[in-house]
Amino acid sequence: MAADESYPENLRYHREHDWALIEGEEAVLGITWFAQDALGELVHFEPPQEGQAIAKDSTYGEVESVKAVSDVIAPLSGEVLEVNARVVEAPETVNEDPYGDGWLVRIRMSDPSEVDTLLDADAYKSFLAEQ
Amino acid sequence: MTKLIYERSQAGRRASEIPRPEGLTVPELPSELRRAEPPRLPELAEPEVLRHFTELSTRNFGIDTGFYPLGSCTMKYNPRVNERIVALPGFRDLHPLQEEEGAQGALELMWRLQEILAEVTGLDAVSLQPAAGSQGELTGLLLVRAYFDERGDTKRRKVVIPDTAHGTNPASVTMAGYEVTPVATDPRGNIDVDDLREKVTEETAALMLTNPSTLGLFDENIEEITSIFHGAGALMYYDGANLNAVCGISRPGDMGFDIVHINLHKTFSQPHGGGGPGGGPIAVRKTLEPFLPVPAVIRRDDGSFGLDYDRPQTIGKVRAFTGPFGVFVRSYAFIRSYGPRLREMSEVAVLNANYLLARLKDAYDLPFDRHCMHEFVLSARTLKREHGITALDVAKRLMDYGFHPPTIYFPLIVPEALMVEPTETEPKEILDAFCEAMLVIAREAVEEPELLKKAPHNRPVRRLDEVRAAKRAIVKYGFDEHPAPNGEPVEPRQLEAQKGA
Amino acid sequence: MSYLSLTDADREAMLATIGVDSVDAFFDQIPPGVRFDRELDLEPPLSEQELVAHLEELAARNVDTGREVSFLGAGIYDHYVPALVDAVLSRGEFLTAYTPYQPEMSQGILQAIFEYQTAICELTGMDVSNASGYDGTTVAADACYVAKHATGRAKVVVTEATNPQVRQVVKTYAVGFGLEVVEVPHRDGVTDPDELRGAAEDAACVIFQQPNFFGCLEAAPELAAAANDAEALAIAHVDPISLGLLEAPGNYGCALAIGEGQSAGNHQSYGGPHYGFLAARSEFVRRMPGRIVGETLDAAGERGYVLTLQTREQHIRREKATSNITTNQTLLALAGLVHLSWLGPQGLRETGETCLALAAYAKERLTAAGVSLAFPKQTTFKEFAVRVGRPARDAIREARAQGIHPGYALGRDYHVLDDALLVAVTEKRTREEIDRLAEVLAA
Repeated sequence: MAADESYPENLRYHREHDWALIEGEEAVLGITWFAQDALGELVHFEPPQEGQAIAKDSTYGEVESVKAVSDVIAPLSGEVLEVNARVVEAPETVNEDPYGDGWLVRIRMSDPSEVDTLLDADAYKSFLAEQ
Repeated sequence: MTKLIYERSQAGRRASEIPRPEGLTVPELPSELRRAEPPRLPELAEPEVLRHFTELSTRNFGIDTGFYPLGSCTMKYNPRVNERIVALPGFRDLHPLQEEEGAQGALELMWRLQEILAEVTGLDAVSLQPAAGSQGELTGLLLVRAYFDERGDTKRRKVVIPDTAHGTNPASVTMAGYEVTPVATDPRGNIDVDDLREKVTEETAALMLTNPSTLGLFDENIEEITSIFHGAGALMYYDGANLNAVCGISRPGDMGFDIVHINLHKTFSQPHGGGGPGGGPIAVRKTLEPFLPVPAVIRRDDGSFGLDYDRPQTIGKVRAFTGPFGVFVRSYAFIRSYGPRLREMSEVAVLNANYLLARLKDAYDLPFDRHCMHEFVLSARTLKREHGITALDVAKRLMDYGFHPPTIYFPLIVPEALMVEPTETEPKEILDAFCEAMLVIAREAVEEPELLKKAPHNRPVRRLDEVRAAKRAIVKYGFDEHPAPNGEPVEPRQLEAQKGA
Repeated sequence: MSYLSLTDADREAMLATIGVDSVDAFFDQIPPGVRFDRELDLEPPLSEQELVAHLEELAARNVDTGREVSFLGAGIYDHYVPALVDAVLSRGEFLTAYTPYQPEMSQGILQAIFEYQTAICELTGMDVSNASGYDGTTVAADACYVAKHATGRAKVVVTEATNPQVRQVVKTYAVGFGLEVVEVPHRDGVTDPDELRGAAEDAACVIFQQPNFFGCLEAAPELAAAANDAEALAIAHVDPISLGLLEAPGNYGCALAIGEGQSAGNHQSYGGPHYGFLAARSEFVRRMPGRIVGETLDAAGERGYVLTLQTREQHIRREKATSNITTNQTLLALAGLVHLSWLGPQGLRETGETCLALAAYAKERLTAAGVSLAFPKQTTFKEFAVRVGRPARDAIREARAQGIHPGYALGRDYHVLDDALLVAVTEKRTREEIDRLAEVLAA
């Protein structure tokens, strides 16, 4: 069951339609409602390896949907601490709950100042409206 | 539902009897290399093997069954005489390493086919070796690399590809170690020349172009495009997927292309066998000939035919031996039955396509309103917007009327694309019947959309759940652990992906 | 002769519907400068009868294995192809279908491919097989592409005892893939596992052939272990006809198994079309090249088959695809499935045993006739190398004059083996034919 459109206030957003939840030195990453809606039902998530370093604005994984294959772009740099096994097992979790159970990875940030470059919910919504 | 052949298997049953020469002993193999458990191949008596595959064949649709307007696939009649010819023992039972003296007929056939393809494409030299169009593309790009490397021009790493191209083009570019430079299409369906001019630089190695394009349109600016690329020192690659439109009418070599691949399974009637075989010979300009794969098939001064491996600048081999020989036999026979009438073949293919287009363009959207070549692209965009009926629904409903659907969701720049290619071999009555079906379907979409949404209604299976297949991939029989052959009815979800071409 | 269906009246009526006077109107979009202004310089059309006569004449100038007793192998073999194969392949519903993009129109071939994938997995001990590759050479290149992306490494290792054409094709593709190709020499006809282990360091994969090009049995489990020790993918290139007797690559540590399918179900056909097979352990499923058929359910809840995992493929992933392959060799793979179904596990094993027994008999007769084995210490399967004490080319010429093709001149690929012949013995050869071979080679 697909989720309703929303962009929570407590998250920060990247223009490639990724979100980050900042928790101290760590961050949880995922894709936004807009991204999952554009992709359609996800059928596969190709995750990074735990321990792998990922770089802001670069690909860290791949999602396959009924329509397309897409790179997942890192909103922040860091080291992958955990991959969401539930999404690997049941990729449609992302469609059902993109900001909750459908998170993709947890990282330890290597440069927390990058957070300042991300959009807040209002700015991301305005960005979407311009598209 | 049909049983899998493994489900028909009975332990101890068999079809084959293998000669067991008397008095000979079978040597023991070292135990660490010996097979521990036999492979679980089917165990059936011969009549049941034949019945199984005959039953499967009745659940399949070929050009022999009916009209197959699958765009960009050129599904024309496959002459049966060619099957008789290819089964002649002199062709069928010839070993590829037979000495040249014992293979003169085969070598001559290949040499003659090379000469014919050079004439049809307007180029100088041909290699028959590539196994299919995609491999022809990769081979062509490796020639481009070898050509520039030999000139010390190693900064050229980009290949320009229009947004209408087959997916094989960009995939081949990556496999050749190059990068794709995309170029847009203009409102008339030609390459956007302004966009193109900005994108051709001293890093550009080549253009890859299908002409006529996958929209079924001949690029009206081809001469200018050629001058842009040749002016920049880059090469031109012609994807021959649509050569059936222009045989004897316009030649890629005369358009300025330096390398061409020819899909023998499209234009020259090699039956496609449910997915292959094919053949993807390439024809090139003289300057590229030294780089062609080895061996080259040549005619020697004494009139005999042979294989030449002594090509120091060759890119090497792209498949075993000289290529898919049986495909050459069929295509050679096909071409010899037409001779110069290949032009008429292309003219009729184009006439048939324009006839369908004229009869259908009011019922469906036509993104580029001009005469087409051998195929054309309609769109179900309005049906989708107003009635929720997609190109996929139209395709599935066509099955109920006894037709194979056109290619759908391709080219990618046309939403809800329906790409129709009738070929030259269809009679007018069939074309008319197809038009009637398409027109009825357009009405049904308005009046009884559920009929389309649930289609097909009379095929061996209903719509299949492609999403389920992709998520929980079952790609082989699981024997005792195989899932039950039926379950609860499902909501069949299809991938919104290109089907055809 | 043509296969056109329109009458003149049809053409007139169609042009009128379109609203043009002649077909020339359609070609106005072709700039005059690139229109072809003469007739194609091709020979005149032939009637069906003339066509058959012409091609019969060409075919008659080939010496096929029905006209000459053949011990030629080196990758393509004169195995018996049962009549059943030709019968199934002549079904127009299979022969004249395109790729099964629309599953409701294509359940027959989709199910057959699913059954083929199962057969290949059973033979090789793997989890997933594609629907076929072009031949036994190109699947090796495909496998290198899989290995490159799976490991991120830039070197591939191939044993010198692997079919030379396989090695040549890998080298051609490697230029585009950005891979370095390293060859490991054979020692007395086989590969030394320790030497391979050294070469495998930092390699994406190691490709070896079993039985190898000389017909010798490699210590395959040790070769796979050498690759695995270096965390390179172990890839075995295998002959399907041997797999009733020899262990499946999946059971001795290989990541992928590949091979030339011709032995199973295909006529020699001067080298093609045949099929290559490529199978892998499940962890590589999303890196596989080419079509894969999967099982699913239809709207009524009944089992059916579809092309699946298509996001790997060029039509969706375009420049990031796992391969550019589109057209494959489905019909030839179907021939393989029919042949394997005809053989069954028992027939496959017996075919292997007959080859093995006849080849052993041939070795015995040839050595008795004074011909020496090139690699006397090695165990062989259906093929073996001999030294004839004179240029192999001469031996071939002499033998052919007596109606026997004695085998392949190994000197064409291995310079130190100028007097060596590679002799293949399939189940079609008889003791009498082998006796004659011994006589002519002794001369």
